[in-house]
Amino acid sequence: MNSFFRYFSDIFHGVKSLLIGMSVTGRYFFSPGQIVTQQYPENRKNLQMFERFKGEVIMLHDINNQHRCNGCGICENNCPNGSIEIISARITGEDGKSKRIIDKHIYHLGMCTFCGLCVKNCPSNALGFGNEFEHAVFDRSKLNKVLNQPGSSIIKGVE
Amino acid sequence: MKEIINLPVSKIEEEEYHINMGPQHPSTHGVLRLLVSLQGEIVKSLKPHCGYIHRGIEKMCEKDTYPQVIHLTDRMDYLSAHINNHAVCLLVEKALEIEVPERVKYIRTIMDELTRIQSHQLWWSSFGMDLGGLTCFFYGLRDREMILDIWEETTGSRFLQSYNCPGGVMQDIHPNFQKKVHAFIKTFKKKIKDYDRILSGNVIFENRSQGVGILSKEDAISYGVTGPSGRGSGWSCDIRKIEPYSMYGQVHFNEVLRYECDTYSRYMVRMQEMHESMNIIEQLIDNIPAGDHSAKMKAVIKLPAGEYFQRVESARGELDVYVVSDGNKTPYRMKFRTPSFTNLGVLDHISRGMKIADLVAIGASLDLVIPDIDR
Repeated sequence: MNSFFRYFSDIFHGVKSLLIGMSVTGRYFFSPGQIVTQQYPENRKNLQMFERFKGEVIMLHDINNQHRCNGCGICENNCPNGSIEIISARITGEDGKSKRIIDKHIYHLGMCTFCGLCVKNCPSNALGFGNEFEHAVFDRSKLNKVLNQPGSSIIKGVE
Repeated sequence: MKEIINLPVSKIEEEEYHINMGPQHPSTHGVLRLLVSLQGEIVKSLKPHCGYIHRGIEKMCEKDTYPQVIHLTDRMDYLSAHINNHAVCLLVEKALEIEVPERVKYIRTIMDELTRIQSHQLWWSSFGMDLGGLTCFFYGLRDREMILDIWEETTGSRFLQSYNCPGGVMQDIHPNFQKKVHAFIKTFKKKIKDYDRILSGNVIFENRSQGVGILSKEDAISYGVTGPSGRGSGWSCDIRKIEPYSMYGQVHFNEVLRYECDTYSRYMVRMQEMHESMNIIEQLIDNIPAGDHSAKMKAVIKLPAGEYFQRVESARGELDVYVVSDGNKTPYRMKFRTPSFTNLGVLDHISRGMKIADLVAIGASLDLVIPDIDR
């Protein structure tokens, strides 16, 4: 007799627990509250990333196409996996002294792990993180980027 | 094959046979291959085959400087990335005898507990999914998204933050950080009740988890099963209590212990730990002291020659870092004792005699992360 009652009470409690669970899913089904998913490819135009978002390493240029990089190579030394290559050149400055400038700041996006050490350790704050995150390309060589824009020069006073 | 077909049915049931569970099986949560020896549906023995995602992180650490090591530790146990970073930073600070600012300790502790909550949320989601409740997966990921947003705003990354650095943290917290954490805790306290209603009390879930995968306290100690899995067997092994680091010595929280020793008890430990983590965050979030977000460090960090050791409590158990330094800027040897690897060792012992469907539940209750096993 006891086992008979237990059999039915087990069924009752089992069905009850299932109904409790289904009431939760049912509630979300009929009143979803807020919709948390984003319609990603459609909302590309007004998609706003957080300002600190680490999408890619960029070199900060001002409106006169000038940057703050003097090619010291500290970012290259700090990079754990060799994503940054610095090719510097020497020019003769206005005062007649030989001066080092950046020729090419090569950044291998495909190797970058976004640890942020280059940006953190740059002594002249020349580097920063960009918000671009759609990096898919058809050819791997397109992931090797030159960060200093063509024709750019160093801001005066940053040496 | 032909010989098996020709055998009578009763003979086939007696015959022991082997199947590979994984490396692509979804319930192994990665590339773990379990060579299961079965008789009928009963698991006779089990051999884990590791190494599918071995990257040689310990060896790579030997050529990296100490700040560079941090980003590799992210990639071991990616679900508790922040705690792994914390371990290495604590070790470097201990070796150099640097006192970090109070603000850093607060930030790190809050971040650690957020990591623990999101790790347990994802574990809950996948645990439900492994046992057939796909809804859990969506609900868990929906709530986890709030923590990822908090991280993205402060650290710049959603998943592998590399936020700690020796001496402090990379950037100060975002002005919205405290507001968002408050909003998260307020929301999640309501949402976690749904978790209990959907899964914890569910009759199917209870039948599949209660009495399955018994791990006694003695076995937990001798196999070294730490973290929530060990505490589900009643073994008090919380490093936050045993050797408090950062702010853990000064906050009040309970070490969650359960004594049923089965899959359900390991499940309940993690559910309770989420409450405790929220409790810790609530004690700290309003009292973050002003100050610098990093101590002054030299440009090149060189550890004095010697051996160093640091333990932390990651979301899966005890994470130990051991460094032998010869006085250079790179470690001579770096060894990680990762919790998932030791927890995997007990899988054979507790799944013997269980059905193969129970193996999925047991594996999920140990909360294995495969890159943490292979490193």
